[in-house]
Amino acid sequence: MAEFPKISPLGDRGILVKFGGDISENLLEEVLYYKNILENSEFKQKVEVVNTYTSLLISYMFTIEDVYGEVLRVKRLVSGANIPKNNKYKIFSLPVCYDEEFGLDLQHISEQNNLSIEEIIQLHTAAEYRIYFTGFLPGFLYLGGLDEKLKISRKKSPRKSVEKGSVGIGENQTGIYPKNSPGGWQILGKCPVELFNKNEAIPSPFSAGDKIKFEAISKEDFYKIRDEVQSGNYSLKYHEHEG
Amino acid sequence: MKAEIEVVQPGLFSSIQDLGRFGFQKYGVPHSGVMDRYAMRICNLILGNSQEAAVLEITMQGPQLKFSAPTRICISGADLSPQLNGKAVSLNELIYISEGDVLKFAGRRSGFRAYIGISGGFRTEKLMDSRSWYEGLTEEFRLLKGMKLTYKAEEFSDIETHSSLKIDSEYLAEDEIEVYPGPEFSQLSFTQKNQLFNSLFSTNEDSNRMAVQLKEGLKNELKPIITAPVLPGTVQLTPSGKIIVLMRDCQTTGGYPRILQLSEYGIQVLSQKLPGENLSFQKKDYLEF
Repeated sequence: MAEFPKISPLGDRGILVKFGGDISENLLEEVLYYKNILENSEFKQKVEVVNTYTSLLISYMFTIEDVYGEVLRVKRLVSGANIPKNNKYKIFSLPVCYDEEFGLDLQHISEQNNLSIEEIIQLHTAAEYRIYFTGFLPGFLYLGGLDEKLKISRKKSPRKSVEKGSVGIGENQTGIYPKNSPGGWQILGKCPVELFNKNEAIPSPFSAGDKIKFEAISKEDFYKIRDEVQSGNYSLKYHEHEG
Repeated sequence: MKAEIEVVQPGLFSSIQDLGRFGFQKYGVPHSGVMDRYAMRICNLILGNSQEAAVLEITMQGPQLKFSAPTRICISGADLSPQLNGKAVSLNELIYISEGDVLKFAGRRSGFRAYIGISGGFRTEKLMDSRSWYEGLTEEFRLLKGMKLTYKAEEFSDIETHSSLKIDSEYLAEDEIEVYPGPEFSQLSFTQKNQLFNSLFSTNEDSNRMAVQLKEGLKNELKPIITAPVLPGTVQLTPSGKIIVLMRDCQTTGGYPRILQLSEYGIQVLSQKLPGENLSFQKKDYLEF
């Protein structure tokens, strides 16, 4: 945390803030602290700020007129202060059906990692996963916190189409496919909840810094929840964490 | 009378675009928007539209369009030999449209992407503050035969003479792409840097609004990076040595080293390159920080 972030232009419509260090919850907290400061600062033109594990990118709607001055201004905003510990975040509970009909690679994970299917489900649902950011596809969450024992390589040849809602593991990451797409992750279940709704003013309820916990459900419940989601009667379960 | 354009023939690939989606990257939504912002600006300036008014972006082979109501349009960017009711019309000038007029394109002369602006802008679907089409997100993503595009009908009692605007079309033939060093540029070897700035590259057939891939690679030993932000214009180097220039519909994050970053002008120039055309990178430096 002692290391000062490196601030430089990215082309003539972006400024990149790169923090030193590897992926960690502490660094995420620092990144999100400055993201919040930047989001609440006035800029001469419309900007948006996104974060990844170790970076912040401010992207500008138009070419930046005075790049030098702008970098200096961002430097002043992203400096110094003692970062207060942020203990306020949401914990979402996401239902996942780990039935073998959906968990296409459960058997493979079981053999590779020497775990019973029950153990896989137990480990996958025990952890609380931190949302680092959304990227790759609309609504795709980058989650941290996968149990080491579940770590597994991606499939040698990716599937041409992984179904929307599929929950998978690739190396030390776990995540949910927000829409049908090609993919190489090992699939262990399916989540009936919509992760991204393009017609909502806020298309996704999840923010960087929030947490996710998976809850194992039966096939019966999977279809019940899916129907509720489709008819608009499902509300996502979450609670606020404070303190 | 309903003011709409009927797509008689769709051409190669056309889509409605504006300045793109802004404020939704945090949900993983791409920016999108016109590839060549300069050409869009010309259209909207000449028409007296607001700068964000949606235009039709046309790739290489133009569509055939029939107008149901009077309006004014302007065509800019690539010269694809536009014709109104069979008669050639100029680029970068106001074109008056009457009910039943048919616009078509007789063949490419220069550039790769042309733009049709229309008085008041296209009034097509708006999603997340933008009318830009993007596959998987918007209802439509490419122009199809029989499709109807709505606009606002306008009667013009007297035909105005517009003040002439100085238009630079030379970028259409330019082959130098203006780039800044990217975040991982310094990790490249001396030889790699040398090759980047002293070789001719050419664009691949697979190129589209998401990315322009180059045929020629760069011998590479750089490893992937921790997933990090990318922007349109980011040049990635894959582990196998492929060079990928991300364009307007690119994803929001990426895991390949970001070796270069195109300037806005660089994106404009690259947007007008045909697959197979040669290009070289021209390095532009930031001021020292």
